Order: sequence, then C-alpha cells, then structure tokens
Amino acid sequence: MLSKRIIACLDVRNGVVVKGVQFEGLRSAGDPAALARRYNVEGIDELVILDVTATIEGRRALADTIGAVAREIFIPLTVGGGIRSEADADAAVEAGADKVSLNTAALETPELLTRLANRYGSQAVIVAIDAKRANGGYAVYARSGQAAASRDAVEWAREAESRGAGEILLTSIDRDGTKSGFDCEMTAAVSNAVSIPVIASGGAGGFDDFVEVFTKGAADAALAASIFHYAESAVHDLKVHLRAHGIPVRL
Amino acid sequence: MIALIDYGAGNLTSVRKALAALGAEHRTPAAPGELADARVIIVPGVGHFAATARLEAAWRAAILARVDAGCTLLGVCVGMQWLYEGSTEAPDVPGLGLLRGRCERLPDRDPSGARLKVPHVGWNALEPRRSSPLLDGIEPGSQVYFTHSYAAPVTEDTVAATEYGIRFAALVARGRVAGMQFHPEKSGTAGLRLLRNFLEGVPAQSDAVETDHRLSRRP
Repeated sequence: MLSKRIIACLDVRNGVVVKGVQFEGLRSAGDPAALARRYNVEGIDELVILDVTATIEGRRALADTIGAVAREIFIPLTVGGGIRSEADADAAVEAGADKVSLNTAALETPELLTRLANRYGSQAVIVAIDAKRANGGYAVYARSGQAAASRDAVEWAREAESRGAGEILLTSIDRDGTKSGFDCEMTAAVSNAVSIPVIASGGAGGFDDFVEVFTKGAADAALAASIFHYAESAVHDLKVHLRAHGIPVRL
Repeated sequence: MIALIDYGAGNLTSVRKALAALGAEHRTPAAPGELADARVIIVPGVGHFAATARLEAAWRAAILARVDAGCTLLGVCVGMQWLYEGSTEAPDVPGLGLLRGRCERLPDRDPSGARLKVPHVGWNALEPRRSSPLLDGIEPGSQVYFTHSYAAPVTEDTVAATEYGIRFAALVARGRVAGMQFHPEKSGTAGLRLLRNFLEGVPAQSDAVETDHRLSRRP
C-alpha cells in the first residue's frame, strides 16, 4: 500500500534554517545539512528546501546548501523559492534537486510549468499554492503571502495540473505557524479536485493534526517544519502514531 | 566501466550521486560507439515513454550487442519499461523487447472501487516473488520511492511486485538484464543496497577491454 509521506521543510535564509510564524518574525533553527542528516536518520520521506525570502529579495536558493544536502541524502529533494525561469530550475537541478517548486512565477507565467514539465518530466514540477479562506473560497496569494493573486486555490490547482505540474504543495496562510492544525477542508477540496498528489502544509501542531489531514483532509503527504526542528525523534514518533491510527507509513 | 545512458529524459544528477556514493565509476557515452568498453549499461529515465524514441536504431543495436557480449543491463523507471515490448503510453514506440509483456497505465480505481490517484507517487512496499541476489539484505516489505503512471505486468521475470490498485512488476531480472520501476537513487539505504546488489552481481570476468576493479572492492 502506498504510504502517506511525511516531508520536512527547511526554510532557509542566507544558508541558515529559519521558521516564521505566518511568514513574519523569522528566527534561526540551525544548519540545513545537519538538520537534513538528522531527519534522514529519523526516517523522513522527503525534504524541501525553501528559500523563504528569495522571491521578495530576488535571490536564488543557494546552490551550496542544496549540494551539501543532496551529496549525502538519497531521498527526494525539492527546492523552492526564487525559481522564476528555466535557468533557475536548471541551477537547482544541477545542484542536486529532484523537484523544483514554483509559486509566484507559476502564477505570473503558467506556461513555465509546461516548459519545465517537458524538460524534466512532471514528477519534477511542484506548484506551491499559498491560500487563505475568503468569501467561502480559498484565495491564492503570491510573493510569500503578500500579494493577492485573484485566483481560487481549487481552480488554480486544476489549471496547474493541466499545464504539467506533478504535485501541489498547498499551504494555509491562516494556519501557518499557528500550530492549530492543518486546514483540512481546504486540503480536501484541492485534493479531490486533482489527480496529482497534494502535500498539506501550514498549522501542524500535534501528531493528531497529521491523522486528521490524512483522513479528513485527503492529503497524500504532509509537510511541517518547526514541529520537527525542536524535538528529537519527532519524525519517528509521528510515524508510529500514524501507524497506530491505521495510516500507512514507511517505518 | 559503467555506461549511464543520457537520452534527455530528465535529470541524471541523482543517479550519478548514488553511483558515486557506492564508489562505482561511470560515464555518459555521447555516441553508441562509446559503449564498446562498457561492462554495465544503466538506462535511467523519468517522464514519458515516447522519450525513449531518442534511443534510435544505432543505440538499440549497440546496447543489444553489448548485452549479447556479456554486458549487464539495468533499466530504471521508464528505462525499465523500455526493456519490455512496448507501452500503451506511446504505442508506436517499440521497446527493446528483452522482457516479455507490455506496460500499461495504472488503474484509477482500486478493486473496492475507491479512487486512486495516478501518477503513483511515493514510498511503497516490495513484495518478493522469488529469491534473487538482488534482494540480499532487503527485508520483505521494505519501501522504495516510486513516481510513474505506467507499469509492467507481473511475469516470471518479476523478482518483487508492488501493489497499487493492481500488482505490478517493481523489480525484475532475466539473465543479465534487470529493471527497477522505483528510483533506487531516491530510496534511501534500501535503494542504495538494491543498486549495490545489482552492481555486485556483475560478473567479475568480462570480455570488456577495460575492467573496473573498483566494482569488486566496494564495501
């Protein structure tokens, strides 16, 4: 049976892992390669390196951060933040990324998804959607949650799939950093609208939040950062908890 | 020498890093003629079966000639599917035909009628079908990383199957030819072990011009 994936996100700025609360007030949590090693030992299924400030400041995810992680860890590695062109994607892939995640650039230039899918295959193209509840729907935001994109998350996810995206990374801006649980309704709405996997993100506080997002939220994978950063063996303990609740995991 | 075939189907960086981690020297031949000293040929691949059409007649002939001469061949993901007769993903593109059967799209419903997403993305279990040195050190139920929409049928060549709506061939071997539908280079320690098992099964004696002694000295 296909396992539900647990993905750790390393929000990186200037080569250091940081984690914000609702994208503000970033604070330091360590060296990306050291954290990646620890997660790998604990049984993480996948890693995402996100250059959280890259879009705003026009910086690209650092190739040496990617390289340091990719050299020693043989699980899927996604890089996002500041991927605005095929050249940016090339640089990330060349450094060792298996997948690239696009957010603002995909909203501005949706054809970029198709070009990257043709070049690397859809499995290498993730569309990151940051959304918050608004008027009974889910409003999409660009530029790290700062600019309304005038799109609905469900409709944008469908379009992204049709343009060649292989996975959706769906973040609830309302829940991000709050530890109040994933937005399961939003996750289920998007997951049931597409055939590609949906990775739920934003709001993980306790292990039961993951149980909920894999059942009620119909998520294929769940991503978190701080819940893993500050507690030893959290990844393993989480998976034991999920298995005890009947959710298939890799242990 | 390990020849890693680049036919423009995605990214070879991960496979290169995994081979490097195993101490296995490899190179990427630019033309079919450069396969002459290969002892091992690896055909990687992601994406669409149609991409294998770039391996036109000269490549096919060179690869088949090397296999006939004692060379070991591994196909990964779409590279494994290419070892079969063909795939419904690109019906006009012939496979190499070293393994019997055709690849077909995974079902979008499980036997109970529940919806299944296609592509099949993520970690899933290997169910051994027969004993093989490829499975040395691999516990039944070990999970490996998949990302694909098409798969090969379970046949007598299947060493391990995986279940996703149906059972399909995940790990196959026939003589000097092997295939992995999953990505060993992305499957953690289990994946590296499977790749190492494959490389250690390569016969030490070879008619190749150049013998890579590092293969027999790996830990």
